[in-house]
Amino acid sequence: MKLILKGSSLLTSALFVLAIMGFSSSAGAADVIVAGSTTVQPLAELLAESYESFTDGVTIIVQGGGSSVGVKSAANGTADIGMASREVKNSEFEEHPGLAVHTIARDGIAIVVHPRSGVTSLSLEQVRGIFSGEITNWNEVGGENTPVIVVSREEGSGTRAAFEDMVMDDALICLGAILQPSNGAVRTTVSITPSSIAYLSFGYMDNSVAPVSIDGVSPTVANATGGSYPVVRPLNMITLGQPSEAAAGWLGFILGEDGQAIVVSEGYLPVN
Amino acid sequence: MTGKQRLESVVKYVLMFSALMSILIVVMIGIFTFREAIPAFREIGIIKLLTGTVWRPGQGQYGILAMIAGSGLVTLGAVVIGVPLALGCAIFLSEIAPPAVKSIVRPSIELLAGIPSVVYGLFGMVVIVPLVRNIDVPGNTGFGLLSASIVLAVMILPTISSVSEYAIRSVPKRFREGSFAMGATKWETMTKVILPGARSGIMSAIILGLGRALGETIAMIMVIGNSVIIPFASTDNPLSIFLSRARTLTGNIAVEINYATGLHESALFATGVILFILIMLMNSSARMLIGRKKWEKK
Repeated sequence: MKLILKGSSLLTSALFVLAIMGFSSSAGAADVIVAGSTTVQPLAELLAESYESFTDGVTIIVQGGGSSVGVKSAANGTADIGMASREVKNSEFEEHPGLAVHTIARDGIAIVVHPRSGVTSLSLEQVRGIFSGEITNWNEVGGENTPVIVVSREEGSGTRAAFEDMVMDDALICLGAILQPSNGAVRTTVSITPSSIAYLSFGYMDNSVAPVSIDGVSPTVANATGGSYPVVRPLNMITLGQPSEAAAGWLGFILGEDGQAIVVSEGYLPVN
Repeated sequence: MTGKQRLESVVKYVLMFSALMSILIVVMIGIFTFREAIPAFREIGIIKLLTGTVWRPGQGQYGILAMIAGSGLVTLGAVVIGVPLALGCAIFLSEIAPPAVKSIVRPSIELLAGIPSVVYGLFGMVVIVPLVRNIDVPGNTGFGLLSASIVLAVMILPTISSVSEYAIRSVPKRFREGSFAMGATKWETMTKVILPGARSGIMSAIILGLGRALGETIAMIMVIGNSVIIPFASTDNPLSIFLSRARTLTGNIAVEINYATGLHESALFATGVILFILIMLMNSSARMLIGRKKWEKK
């Protein structure tokens, strides 16, 4: 009899644990829920931490999901604020006309090549030709006679969407491209693959890859801030209509002096 | 009922509960995956999904033939490289190795099984890929089926080798003694008596390895290039197909699920359903194969 009791109490406690898990996921007492782009996420976490440290009673929960998820969750109310590392698309505005976009920072996207490739400058036109697969050999753009190896992010990535938006126009990135699922993996791939080319968020640039000037302008924070470097995307916070009081307080902090100082210290461009 | 009998029946039901639980979990995963995939099957169509060669979710094109080919070829490559190696290990360990050697080799192989796959991927990316790139074929980047097959071969080696070793060791000793008594050499005994005797065990070892190979994800993403193209031979030598980049079914899901919404997400679940069915087909056909062989012997 003792054993039976033991068995049944084990079962009950298992059910109990399951029930608690179910409850806790639905009943979070957060003041501001933020979800979306994994590019904006680390920055948003820092901004949330800093804001919470001097504001009582406000909890900001930051979740990932990707830019498309960010727009969607702001639109349908699953999050108070959605994050997107790209512009909101026209199709998204048509579907949800109430969306309000708050640009909190800007991020440059650099074109990078293997350090020993010898190519240091390309025109925007040439970059488009290379990524669409029209230009397949480096000698077509003044390099050596070797095939171009295109490295890209996967479909759905905010960095890819921003790159397609600003560089590719209506051209499509060629299907033969090596696809890597993160900025870090793209950088490693370029650094170990001679004659490769890729696009990379400014925050991920280092000595293992070589930046390429576009139309003679090198991808530096100064050039991007000054407006001469062409491939710069906004990092956006998206709300449905006017933000709630708590959310507006946080957004105000981000756009203020202290928030923008954090933006700059993380390697992004401030909005003002 | 005495206390002992009661204990017996409790144990019986607890064990039955565990067994039922695993069935329940498999069924639930199946149902959930399939349910999520229904919109994709309905809107894209099964035929179009299975035979389409272009995967551009942004453009509404969802064809996973390239991924099916990628998964198939990389698994084939892993089997061709990995199975002889694993069988060699198994035979060496069970028949030839002196105890001292065995005590070093066996733990090393078991250690291989414990290495996380992301570490295999990293190793593949910085060591195997640059090595493979030295093969002088136009367009060869090192990323592709060959690198992936090599990494995968090492990953399935411990599974295949330990299960086959067990199968070989469980061939009754009298078979071996009988063979030696008839004047057969060690090699003859091994190839004509022991291996045939352990055949069904070795077959299931290979199937287990195949399942592991088809399901491997993260290491593959890191070395295979993930391009959505049907692998092709870039020179006259048909083997150069293994230098082509590819994407696996599992890689397709893992690479894109983070950002996918709507039909795109559903299409990824459909990829999962196809993978599920492929693995089930493979397991059951292999089981039939083993069954029939046994039947023929009788």
